[in-house]
Amino acid sequence: MSAPLPLPDRPLAEHLASLRAEVARARETRGPALAFDVATIDDRLADHGLDGAGLHEVAAATASLNDDAAATLFAAGIAARFASKRGLTILWALSKFDLYAPCLEQVGLGPDRILYAQGTKDAQVLAMAEDGLRDGSLACVIAEVKAADMTATRRLQLAASDGKTPILLYRRHRTRERCPLDTLSAAMTRWRIGCAESARLPHPGIGRPRWSVELVRQRAGNPFTLELEACDEQGRLALPAAAADRTTARRRAVAQAA
Amino acid sequence: MVGKPSQSDIDRMPAHQRPTMREMGRRSEAAEHPFRTLRGDDGVSGSSPAPAPLTWADLWGRPTILIARSGQKEVVTAACPRALELGLRPGMLAAHARALVADIDVLDAEPDADRVWLDRIALHAVRKWTPIAAVSGPDGLWFDLTGTTHLFGGEDRFCRRLLVFLKRLGFSATIAIAGTPGTAFALARHGGVPITILPSGTEAEALAPLPLAALRLEASALSAAARFGLDRIADLYPMPRGPLARRLGLATVERLDQARGMVAEPIISVTPFEQPEVVRRLLEPIGTPESIKQVISDLVDDLVPLLRQRGLGARKVALALDRVDGEVQNLAVGASRATRDAKHLKRMFALRLSEIEPGLGIETMRLVVPHSEPLGASSVAALIEDSARPPDLAPLVDQLVGRSGPSALFRIASRESDVPERAVRQVSPLSEPQGWPAWKRPARLLARPEPLRNVIALLPDHPPRRFTWRRQDYRVIAGDGPERIHGEWWRRPGELWAVRDYFQVEAEGGLRFWVFRRGDGVDQPTGDLTWYMHGIFG
Repeated sequence: MSAPLPLPDRPLAEHLASLRAEVARARETRGPALAFDVATIDDRLADHGLDGAGLHEVAAATASLNDDAAATLFAAGIAARFASKRGLTILWALSKFDLYAPCLEQVGLGPDRILYAQGTKDAQVLAMAEDGLRDGSLACVIAEVKAADMTATRRLQLAASDGKTPILLYRRHRTRERCPLDTLSAAMTRWRIGCAESARLPHPGIGRPRWSVELVRQRAGNPFTLELEACDEQGRLALPAAAADRTTARRRAVAQAA
Repeated sequence: MVGKPSQSDIDRMPAHQRPTMREMGRRSEAAEHPFRTLRGDDGVSGSSPAPAPLTWADLWGRPTILIARSGQKEVVTAACPRALELGLRPGMLAAHARALVADIDVLDAEPDADRVWLDRIALHAVRKWTPIAAVSGPDGLWFDLTGTTHLFGGEDRFCRRLLVFLKRLGFSATIAIAGTPGTAFALARHGGVPITILPSGTEAEALAPLPLAALRLEASALSAAARFGLDRIADLYPMPRGPLARRLGLATVERLDQARGMVAEPIISVTPFEQPEVVRRLLEPIGTPESIKQVISDLVDDLVPLLRQRGLGARKVALALDRVDGEVQNLAVGASRATRDAKHLKRMFALRLSEIEPGLGIETMRLVVPHSEPLGASSVAALIEDSARPPDLAPLVDQLVGRSGPSALFRIASRESDVPERAVRQVSPLSEPQGWPAWKRPARLLARPEPLRNVIALLPDHPPRRFTWRRQDYRVIAGDGPERIHGEWWRRPGELWAVRDYFQVEAEGGLRFWVFRRGDGVDQPTGDLTWYMHGIFG
């Protein structure tokens, strides 16, 4: 995108308009963004949604298996909404297979929607993800890796914009202390997902799960943290209803359970 | 009514004529079951006594001959065994035969239909019995049985099975197994017994008493031999070869040598299906990746019209590279769905290009399609952007398989089982699997359930209040369950009474788990009430 030089005889408003048109055109070539349909998130995202031809990174808040499962479902929900929008298949490239497919069906990724590709090491997983992106016949690609450096993420970002296919790079924890999102990356957005306590129900049982969703970094926008309700059957997130007596309810629930 | 014979009479009778115990009023003998004398369904004769030998007169009723028109006259081409007994021979005039035997059935010969039958049997043989089989003459078949008869229990057994097979089709046949095709030809037609198995090396002796016609000679050679008084093949052995060739023709000498195994005679086999194949012979050996890629591209461009013309799509394409030093390299790519898309085939070969070792150079490249499937024309609607059809995944699947191997790509399908770890299975990447019932299930399942310690729970159907897992204590603030899953007694006897009660629990901090207890908490045989962690909810 090369901005035209501001000529002295050109009015400022016209110049601004041409710049805006150019930005809009660049955004159009990137493909339409996928909105979360939650105004609180969409308003804070630069594209008002997730770029449909870009790299997005997802990681668990801690190395615990619970946060890992939450982050997996967060990525699966986004992929399900990409797939439902275009009626297509997604590719899930990974090196260690411990997903449980019946649960993925419950966030909108039926078994006929997912194609799994299991590689032996990260390099192979990344190569398969790149093949899937460049092919262009997929709705979305999810790649689970332990390590991906700047070069690898930039390759994925370029492949995504070439193939007009979004990629969700799921970064697993390598060590207990270090967050995998600390390294440099060419991603459009980087998300960190953790578990949060669900709302207590008036009867015994578990309410809709909640996650703490943290946008660590986005291009042309600010980071934010929200507590959201987990994916439903179509992979949609929701904003929790304001609970006036939350602390009371929780104390009662603890008393009940104890 | 005949009175009972006395015991001494019975003893004097031969064993097979003695009355059975039942006829003599003794009830202790078990009655024969009524189906015993029935013929088995599988064509194998049962234990019943053999029926009276059939004669040709019973089988055929009236003598039958087949005739064919040749020029102005009708000639007998074949005669049934009954007609042969009456003196009718192939080669007679039909009028002559009619004059000899008045009560005779005359049918037209159908050589084309015969030929179709022979072709069918030859194809069947190539598929089932031996890789090399061919039609020989208007009335015979050649099988190269080298190294194959042990699969059917030996040569003798194979011959008998073959006779039974042909009999079921309605044919009678004579079979000869010999070391050379010529000898087998002669013995099968003039040997006179249904099965001849000749030990190798004895061809000359076996041929000696047979008439000269057994050597597949031309008609002129046969008439010349008759003029010289040569009758049997043995008459040819002592003759010097030069005069023999001058009198009966060089072909006669060659046939004789072929029959005795002095000259090779290959059998040109029928091929059940001709594989599409294209070849490029290069003017100069090539070795650079660019040139190899170019030749592959040219070969694919040659192959695709061939496939389109025959209405085929390739599932597997094999590339054979003949190197200058005589080595042959083979490289095969597979497609998950039948394809004849040149771009796709070229891309699959390009992925494997690094495996080629050109050595000093490649002089011939050959592309064969060993596995193909019928593929019709595809509609052009796929090219229109807004069509509702989802895009074809097969090219991508092939590309990923080419990169990581065929086991790397799969889908997960459901299996009819309620036990969580048995409910999923891997299926091929292009199948369309079915889903699961909508019970709440965890996002990640542990490879095997891990035991929980220090569990405090109310029996029989409350989730645990607290537990320790992986050396960490969890205090449960909410729980849901139980979901009872019974063992599958049809898989393992140990699961006959087994029960798992699954609970979803949420610990402090929003950690959600899927735990289960073995046993229903009431009956002892259902389980020992130990607790296990099985999965983690998001």
